Amino acid sequence: MKKIKTILKKEWKEVFKNRMVLFSVVFLPLILTAIPLGILIGLGNDTAISATDAEMPEQFNAFCPPSLQGGECFQVFMISQFMVMFMLVPLAIPATIAAYSIVGEKSNRSLEPLLATPISTSELLIGKSLAAVIPAVLATFAAFAIFVVGSWIIVSNQQLFLALIDARWLLAILVVGPLMALMAVMVSVMVSSRVNDPRAAEQISMVVILPVLAVFFGQVSGIFIVNSKFVLLSALVLTGIDLVLVYMAVRLFQRETILTRWK
Amino acid sequence: MIQTENLTKQFHNMLAVDHLTINIKEGEVFGFLGPNGAGKTTTVRMLTALIGPSQGTARVGGYQLGKDDKLIRQSVGLLTETPGLYDNLSAEYNLQIYADLYGVKNPKGQVEKYLRMLGLWERRFDSAGTFSKGMKQKLAIARALLHEPPMLFLDEPTAGIDPEAARLVRDFITELRKEGRTIFLCTHNLDEADHLCDRIGVFKTRLLVMDTPEQLRKQLFGRKIVFHLNKMEPSLAKNVEKLPFIHEVQAIENKLVITLDDPETHNPEIVRQLVGLGIDIQFIGELRHSLEDVYFQLVRSA
Repeated sequence: MKKIKTILKKEWKEVFKNRMVLFSVVFLPLILTAIPLGILIGLGNDTAISATDAEMPEQFNAFCPPSLQGGECFQVFMISQFMVMFMLVPLAIPATIAAYSIVGEKSNRSLEPLLATPISTSELLIGKSLAAVIPAVLATFAAFAIFVVGSWIIVSNQQLFLALIDARWLLAILVVGPLMALMAVMVSVMVSSRVNDPRAAEQISMVVILPVLAVFFGQVSGIFIVNSKFVLLSALVLTGIDLVLVYMAVRLFQRETILTRWK
Repeated sequence: MIQTENLTKQFHNMLAVDHLTINIKEGEVFGFLGPNGAGKTTTVRMLTALIGPSQGTARVGGYQLGKDDKLIRQSVGLLTETPGLYDNLSAEYNLQIYADLYGVKNPKGQVEKYLRMLGLWERRFDSAGTFSKGMKQKLAIARALLHEPPMLFLDEPTAGIDPEAARLVRDFITELRKEGRTIFLCTHNLDEADHLCDRIGVFKTRLLVMDTPEQLRKQLFGRKIVFHLNKMEPSLAKNVEKLPFIHEVQAIENKLVITLDDPETHNPEIVRQLVGLGIDIQFIGELRHSLEDVYFQLVRSA
């Protein structure tokens, strides 16, 4: 445990000196929080906007709580779109940190002396993974907390507030978010084994955001709605994917493999 | 201290290390010489429990390779070919990380001890990235020593650093030797190996030869004694060559270069022979072959 803590501290000390990493950890969540809050401020309590005017998908009309009026439903619809985008935070941050942390170490040739210490490869992998996952999860939680407080201040209707911050988003942030962060780190570990430039590793690892973008556009175009069932199913699928990815990353993150096969 | 028996490493179709059998004694400085790609780094990686052998066995510090890998890593210090420092972090923190990973009991004290010993204490708060090559190398050496390992593996410790820093590193290795540490030194600097090493192994996938530098010279070239004479006669070389203990005689200007095994015993007889032939001997000296001659002779014939 002490060794994992040493790795964690070292990673944070080193990686947060990198402006790219700092930008993605601080500004990305802030931007993705500011946009939906800005929308809420912009729309205000304008109930004049009807559901039909907003051209919302039909399924969404059915999904909108009956206690809400058309304009309020539109706000819920708009915020739902951005909540999907908000899920980029637990993907992008760990992918960036892990890319710089592993490929940076690889190109700096500091992995060999590190592997020559009595640390086990699992301790090293856990340390590096936590160093990427923890800031991502904390940034996601913090940004969501800012969004909750902000929307509570902006939205005067309690029914609307509860519709905005409902169980599916809590489940998404608290469960799906950390699972996504873990997935991004494991993908980064695998990408890092083949790439020597942290920026290239970061860009390739960003492939993990594609499913989120697919969900975003799927919902915008009315193909499906992100409801509680969808979020729950995502959590289950992600758990399975994470298990497979962890297994693959552990196999790849072995002393001999790192020193002889990582190119 | 380090024993290997038929230690072999095969990477797919490439044989990197072929049945290496060596026995390095405690407190010995062992020079491991060989051209690039000879398998030296692979050998070091096996002996420091970084990669496993394909065949054969090894004991490092009494620990069995493959079974006690963590204990082996705890008891050896490794200086890799490149320093591999964290350039954004201070020199002190670079060492602090390793002191923690090795579980050093007094980490701050040990970090200070080696930073002072290697002349880096005043620069301890500076990022390692701002250091010169020589300073980086010294910091990497300090890192390898923090946990006071009885065995040290040094891979090209003076490569790419200026002569002054190289000398400091060599002096430091001499100090470590005095402390009784066993040192496995991979180097391309043959002069360095000649001065620092008790024994030398010349390696090119397999061990070509292993002995003291002096014995290697003797085995390969014999010992050459140069007799500076007041004059040279055409028949002189032939007359001297008749002596039974002489392997070869070369006449070069006013000098006779005589190859023999035991000059301490046979030189007086050569002197008597030459004086008997009416020759005055002005000076006698030994022609020493450099380790470079030994190395090239071995590697080229391998």
